[in-house]
This record gives sequence, structure tokens and C-alpha cells, in this order.
Amino acid sequence: MRPFSYTRARTLDDAAQLTHDDTAVAIAGGTNLLDLMKLQVETPETLADINRIGFGGIEDTDDGGLSIGALASNTETAVHPRVRSDYPVLARAILAGATQQLRNKATTGGNLCQRTRCFYFTNIDQPCNKREPGSGCGAIDGIAKLHAVLGTSDQCIATYPGDMAVALSALDAQVEIATPNGDTRRVPVRDFHCLPGDTPWRENVLEKGELITAVTLPAPVGGTQIYRKVRERSSYAFALVSVAAIIEIEDGKFTRADLAFGGLAHKPWHDPRITDALVGTVPSDEIFDKAADILLEDARGFGENDFKIPLARRTLHAVLQNATEAAA
Amino acid sequence: MTVHFKQDKPDDSNRLDGMKQGVLGKPLPRVEGMAKVTGTAPYSAEYPITDCAEGVLVTSTITRGKVLSIDKDAVLSMPGVLAVIDDPAMTTRAAQGTADEAPQQEPGTVCYWGQPIALVVAETFEQARDAAKHLGVEYREDPDAPLDPQAVDGEEQEDETVRQGDLEHAMATAAHSVDVAYTTKGHASAAMEPHASIAQWDGDKLTVYASLQMLNYNISELADALGMEEENIRLVSRFVGGGFGSKLGVSEDVVAAAIAAKEVGRPVRVVLSRQQVFQCVMRRSETKQRLRLAADESGKLIGFGHHALVSNLPGETFAEPVLQSSHFLYGGENRDLMLEVARIHRMTAGSVRAPGEAVGMPALEGAMDVLAEKAGIDPVELRLKNIPEEDPEEGLPFSSHKLAECLKQGAEAFGWDSGPRSPRHTCEGEWWVGTGMASAARVHNIAEATARVTLKADGSAVVETDMTDIGTGTYTILAQLAGEMLGLDPAQVLVELGDTKHPRGPGSGGSWGAASIGSAVYIACKAIREELGQRLGVDEAELELKDGKAASGENLVSLLDGNDLSREGHYEPGDIKDDFTASGFGAFFAQVRVNRFTGETRVDRMLGAFGFGRVLNHKTARSQCLGGITWSIGVALTEALEFDPRDGHLVNCDLAEYHVPVHRDVPDLEVVLVEERDPAASPIQAKGIGELGMCGGAAAIANAIYNACGARIFDYPMTPDRVLAAMPD
Repeated sequence: MRPFSYTRARTLDDAAQLTHDDTAVAIAGGTNLLDLMKLQVETPETLADINRIGFGGIEDTDDGGLSIGALASNTETAVHPRVRSDYPVLARAILAGATQQLRNKATTGGNLCQRTRCFYFTNIDQPCNKREPGSGCGAIDGIAKLHAVLGTSDQCIATYPGDMAVALSALDAQVEIATPNGDTRRVPVRDFHCLPGDTPWRENVLEKGELITAVTLPAPVGGTQIYRKVRERSSYAFALVSVAAIIEIEDGKFTRADLAFGGLAHKPWHDPRITDALVGTVPSDEIFDKAADILLEDARGFGENDFKIPLARRTLHAVLQNATEAAA
Repeated sequence: MTVHFKQDKPDDSNRLDGMKQGVLGKPLPRVEGMAKVTGTAPYSAEYPITDCAEGVLVTSTITRGKVLSIDKDAVLSMPGVLAVIDDPAMTTRAAQGTADEAPQQEPGTVCYWGQPIALVVAETFEQARDAAKHLGVEYREDPDAPLDPQAVDGEEQEDETVRQGDLEHAMATAAHSVDVAYTTKGHASAAMEPHASIAQWDGDKLTVYASLQMLNYNISELADALGMEEENIRLVSRFVGGGFGSKLGVSEDVVAAAIAAKEVGRPVRVVLSRQQVFQCVMRRSETKQRLRLAADESGKLIGFGHHALVSNLPGETFAEPVLQSSHFLYGGENRDLMLEVARIHRMTAGSVRAPGEAVGMPALEGAMDVLAEKAGIDPVELRLKNIPEEDPEEGLPFSSHKLAECLKQGAEAFGWDSGPRSPRHTCEGEWWVGTGMASAARVHNIAEATARVTLKADGSAVVETDMTDIGTGTYTILAQLAGEMLGLDPAQVLVELGDTKHPRGPGSGGSWGAASIGSAVYIACKAIREELGQRLGVDEAELELKDGKAASGENLVSLLDGNDLSREGHYEPGDIKDDFTASGFGAFFAQVRVNRFTGETRVDRMLGAFGFGRVLNHKTARSQCLGGITWSIGVALTEALEFDPRDGHLVNCDLAEYHVPVHRDVPDLEVVLVEERDPAASPIQAKGIGELGMCGGAAAIANAIYNACGARIFDYPMTPDRVLAAMPD
């Protein structure tokens, strides 16, 4: 761990000031950042503690939605009565991640910004284009079981590891961002994370000095909400594949099919074509397969993770079948 | 006064059963439990040593080659840095269990990625860690180090080779034959407490607080590494946060801390990071195994073949003893067993949780399930049919043999259905549900041990030995044993362990601790009883002691008359080792569910029935079995070390990515203790427990996966990708 200075921000302005230069990083729960600092993957000179700048609550919005503060802990969010009743997919996704102790510390904003678990990213004695641009990708031709099959580039095949953001993507939540000049901008969660392309070090659209202040959920849509996470052990493991689904079936036909996928790409994967293909159809194995065909049209494995392609198909099938049965 | 006893013949007297205190075997809670859960039991890094400097190991970033130069100056000018040490006496690999020596290994010669090459010492841990990462090292790399065990020629371990009769012919003519290949991945010990040492010099006297399992060997290893006399060294290891084999031999931190403390002239603490524990201590070798079973029409084995390929670094003596129980578990007159070692450049392979059987038994018991299916015989019945009368290779009698009882009692307690079996008989929602079983076997080891027992003038007692308690319950069982022999409440017996100022114990490893040190305590207590008997004019065999009094009413305190009474018991395994084959036996039963969409496997329930001689404490014995079964779940479903194919570095080197089972993976487990007395195992008729619980359990799960969903898998662990690939549509 490199020596660093620690400063506590009192206000949002404070925090913006403190994190303005390249060597400063904001810390909230620190559940990911501190691990990476110990490994010297992250080497900030300054940590700006933002835990006391507000933005911790969970509040109803005027349009009947819900605003989850950037500093609300994952536990607070998962147990919030409105999250549980109106957005169960979110509660389930959060509870499928990490451990109780980590969820008690982890925050909304930090969780959105958590970094990949790629073995080559977390080992500074190995090449990684994300950590050290131009050094190469250790995972391609290396141990890549956890890695992406969608949206990869020849620079990076890492996955975004989180669960919460996958549910937020299915819910079409918005990320509320305070800019350094005092404005607020909103970015759909679906557009918040980036694909690696030629800039694998860029994981989301946050600019320097910007801070997430909240995530807002639209008014509840009901439906059957499922978060299905496939993993190697039943807790405390990252997803091989996960599916967040909000499904409504009326008169025997899909009327809503909002889906997002984890474990497959550098970002929570959302493909509107799947929704289009499903809505208006009668649930059947054929239509489930068609949805999977769309999802996996451009999927590409790297040997060890080839299994993710059939696994994603099967998991999607299971989720759609569960939803169909729940509606029956 | 030392009383020496060498066991040359079985002891059927079962003297302990005649004692009157009635505390041995009772499920007493661990005496140190409260201290551990309240954080007051000091682990090695936690001793409050003043003025302690902090050392962090620097590890290699090449696989094989030489360190040409180390740029010490740049780092020495960093804040707080006191020294950069690359002393040739530093070790680069942990000593193997019972090595008793630590020959020079030259930190400048690199033979695996992540090998320690230097130590940076600083005022604070953070300064040392930062400086260690900054240390500039110039290497000359030897390219093309062999990394793939299957791409090099294996060296046959001739001691393990057995060829009896003609297996090929037996296979060709058998009514039922099975010829299958299994693989298992490497495993990490994954103890919670990382390896850690604090070294402190007082003149030429060295004290090291270290996390070690076998102080009796570790003291010679450290003396050898440092070129010192043992009498100038004291090792302290009172509490060990899990060993699982990784702390058998003196590890790199111990030697480095001792050298550094001398150099900087103050105490030095060296704690391995979690990544370093994974990368530079010990791994269990991966294995490739071929099982050949030939049976007659009735399912009785006429041929038995087991070949295994394991790996280790060049020059390492340890070879994962995969065939250990295969030599005697089942009959079959035509036999062909062979173990080979591939020399590759991954970190040292050594003892990790039940070396040998932990991976050999899952393959053997998987193959037995295939045979049961082919022969159309109930798997329990197949095992019962093949229990040999005597060791099929050595011709020796078994010291005791509880496999049949364990199979029967286990099947009964589990509710095993011995009817016809076929996969996919039950589907609940998305889940295929099935059952499987396997035998358990683990060779019984026992070792020389010494302990001092003192009956104090006040009527209490003290047991002293450098034996360790690595979380197994040693403190508690020794208090019970001494209490039973001397007629005392165990609360009256203070047990002092983990300090080389005490007499040499056997160390904790190979599940031999309880039987070995228990025998030494038994011998010492017996000598004390003899002295007390003499004073009372009663033969020792007739002496009855209970609650601090003799049966005649005489009080121990008055009998001692203000003086302590102390005896050392020295136990030595005798020729009896050559007269019997001794092993713990057992049986596992599992019910699992396999998701038909995702291939995820979850264990619904699991039961183990075990026979391992006298049970010294039903609670700690059961806990050992629960731990073993839990590791069985890990072997079956989750645990796998993953090595980069290009430089051999271990990629998943923390507890987030190396998947030991978590609570949710472990259902309610049931343990049936099939109590017995093994007269040839030890003077206290006890055998090893700890490792038996993971010797075969993985196969019960694998066989249940097949029974549930029809996926016959030959590669452990059975992760969802492998289950899906093998699952019929």
C-alpha cells in the first residue's frame, strides 16, 4: 500500500474539490477500494471520505418512484420496505452478492463503480491493459473462466462483477451525478458502464470530479421479478451468469419482458431486441430459445469460458419458464 | 523421571475403561474456546512485543532463473525502511512435514513464480509493504520451465509400485470391468490464520512466536537453517488458526524473521499476505488417475489397478500419496499400482488436508460406483463384498476394521435405499435429486511423543508438552485423559502446549496427534499412579482414583504431603507397526440436488459413519468429522487451484476466488461414531480422526450427482460447467 493522505469531505462541494485531481479518489464503504489499494492496483495519493456529505437516504420521488442515495448501504436498500414490495428484483440481486458484513459497508455508488475481479487486473506483476494501458491482456490465453463472452475487445475480456447494477439495468434506473460545476446530470444505468473497446481502463461514464449522488427508480411496474444468479458456490461467489427479469404475462402473452444479464460482459448486459422479441408472444420453449439466440448472437468464448454461452441460454430459459409458471 | 514405553504388541487390557473418574469421551467443550471467541487467545502475530519492526517478503515475478541484482539503495532511502535482506540462509520453500532439516535453498535461485527472494524490514507494516513492492530486482530468466505435469515424463515412485498376478488378464476375462480416468485439481490448505512469526533475540538466544504445527521438528529445521544449536532456540505456538498441513514444516516467514531480527537488532514480525500464503507455502498436487477394477459375476474383485500422476518441484521429496489406502481397502488378487511424479515449476507440493486419500479415495470410490452399476449390485453391498480378510498386499492382519459396521450403521441412519438404482428417478421443480455413497479410509499414523505430567501438591495437575493444538481439541482431550487417569475433574488439569521449553510432543499432523501425545500422557499418568499405589500399598492396577481421592478414602493432597509428583511419559511406536495394517474406516452417504438448467449442485444432507478407535471427546471428535465432511464438499464441488499456463503462477490466490465451501453449501451433517477399541493402534486404543472425514466423501457426492441427473463426471471439482457438459439432454 502506498502512503496516502486522508481527508474527510463535509459537503458535496468539498468532495468535488478534493477528488478533482487525478491522484485523489473518493471513498465510501471502501470494500473494493481498500482491497485494491493493498494490492497496489489502486494507488491514490489522497482519499476523500465522502461518508458525511449526506446522500444516504432512500426517498419516494414525485412520480411514485424511489430515490436511493449514493451512500445508502446495500443492506439498507435490500431491506427497505418499498424496495422489497415494489422492486423485489433489486432486493434479491443485492442479497445475492457478497456477504452480510460487506453489504453493511458497501454503498449504492461504490457498488456501481466496483471494479472487475479479473485475476490479471488484481495482480500487478501480470499484464493488464485496464490497469496499465498497453501492457497486454493476461486473461486472453490465460485463465479466463470468469470472463466475458459479450462485448469484448482484443484489449480486455473482463466482466463487471456486480449484481445490484444488473437489477438496476432491468429496472431501467437512472444514475444521478453531481458535476464539478454544481449541475446534476442523469444517465440511465444501462448507459453508465462502458464496453472495453480500446479504452478498457474506462469502466463508466463518470468524469473526474463527478460524484454519484443517487440512483432513481421509475414508478413500480409490478410483474414477476426474478434475480437468478448461477455460481460455483451458493454464497460469496461472483456470478458465472446472472439474469434480472421483470416479466408480465396477460391473456397468455408477454406484456413486459425487461431483462438484464450479469457475468457476461464488461457491463450489465441489456439488449432491447430481446424485449421486442418477447412482448406480444405466447411463452414457449421456441420463443425462449429465440430470446437466447438474440442475446448470444455475437457471443464469443475464450476457451475456458465457452460454457457461459450455453449456460446463459439455459439460465434465461429457466428464468422465463419460472416467470411463466408464476403468472399461471 | 522419564518412563519410556515402546509398544511392540497389542494391548487388550483397555485400562482406561477401568478408570473411575468417568470423564474420558465426554463431550466437554474446548477449554480454550472462550479465549478464542473473545479474541484473548494470542495468535503468533499478536504477541505484545515492544519495539517490533515489520518485515514483508518480496517474491519473484519470474518462474525460473537467477536474481542478478537487487537495488537495495533505492528502497533503503524510503521512509521507515530499516533493511533489505537477501541472506542466503533464507528459505524459499516451507520445509516438508517431519523434514527435521532445512537445507540451504538460495533465495537468489528462482524455481517458481512467487518465490520469496528477499525481505524488506521497516518501522511499520505499510512502509515495509510499499518498499517491498518498489524493490527493483534484475533477473536472468531461464525460459521454458516445464509447467504442465502431463507434458513431462513422470518419475516412478518405486516404493509405491505393486504388481501382483496379472491385472491385464483379469480385466480381459472379468465378468464386469471398469477402466476409468479421473482428474483432481490442486488444493490450498486455506487456513484462516496466515503464516506469521515474531522473532526476538536475547544475546545468542532466539525466541520465535510462530504459527506452526510440529514444534518438535520445526526447532531442528530452524536450527539447521540458521546453523544454530537447538538449545538456543525457543519456539512458541500456543494457538494456531488452522494448519491443514500448511504449517507442518518451518515456513519462509520463520527463518526470515529470525535473520532479520538479528540484522536490525530488534524484534521483527513477518506476516505473509493472503496471496503469499497461497503462492509460496504449499499446494496439494493436482492428480491424474486411472482406476481399473475387474470383478467376477458376483461383484467380487479379482483385479485392482490404480495409477496416479502427481507433480512437484524438482528436488522435492514429497509425492502426494494418492494410493495410500488403495493398497489395502479392497481385495483383488491381481494388482497393479503405480505412482509417478512430474517435475514442474509450480510452488512446492506438500501435505494439504489428508494428503493422498483426500484425492485418491474420491477417484477409487467413484470407480466403485461405476462397477456397482455395471454389475447391478447395490453400492453398499459391493463394498461389503470386497472387504478383505487381511491386507491384500502385505498379508498382514488389520489392527481393527470397522468398515462393515460403518457401512451398515451409516446406511441405516441415512435411510439408504438398497433397491435398484437408476439416474433421474426424482425431479423436484428444476432439481434432479439423487443419493450416493462411498467408503472412507485413512491410514493410521502414530509418532514418538513425550509429555510431563505433574500432580501438584494442591491436588491439581499440569500437563506439559510442545505438542500443538491446531483447533482440533488437544488441550481438552489431554485434560480429560489426565483427569481420568488421576481421578481429577478436567478443570483441575492445566494443559500447557505449544512451547519448546516443554518436552517434545509428536506435533499435529497426519491425524496422529491425539493418539501419540495421548499415549505419552497416559504413560506419565500411569507412572504417577504407580507411585501413588506404592504409597498406599495398592497395586497400580487396583488403584481407584476419583475426585481427588483414592477408593480407600485417602486424599491425594495429604498423600502428596506438600510435594509435587512429576513424571515424563515417553511413547515410542514399536515393532507393532510391522505386524498390523492399521487404518480408520468409515462410510459416507449423501443426497444432492442438481439443477437441470444450470448444472449447479447443492448437497441436501450428508452423513458419515466412522470407526477410529477410542473416542476421547465426543464433541471434538464429532467436530473433526464435521470439518472433514465439509472439506469433502469442497473437493467434490468447489475447490480448485488455477495456474496460468504460460508462467505457472497461481491466479486465484485469495479466499474470494479459491472457493472453500461457505455455510450455505454445508447442510445439516450427521455423524455416527462407531466406537471401538483398537489394541494395536496405540496404548490408549485410539486412532486418528481429523482427516478420515474427507477421505472419500467427495465420491459420495459425485455418485449422488450421477444418480440425480445422469452426469457421470470424472473430473473434480464438479462445477456447473462440468456438470452441464456431462448431463444428458
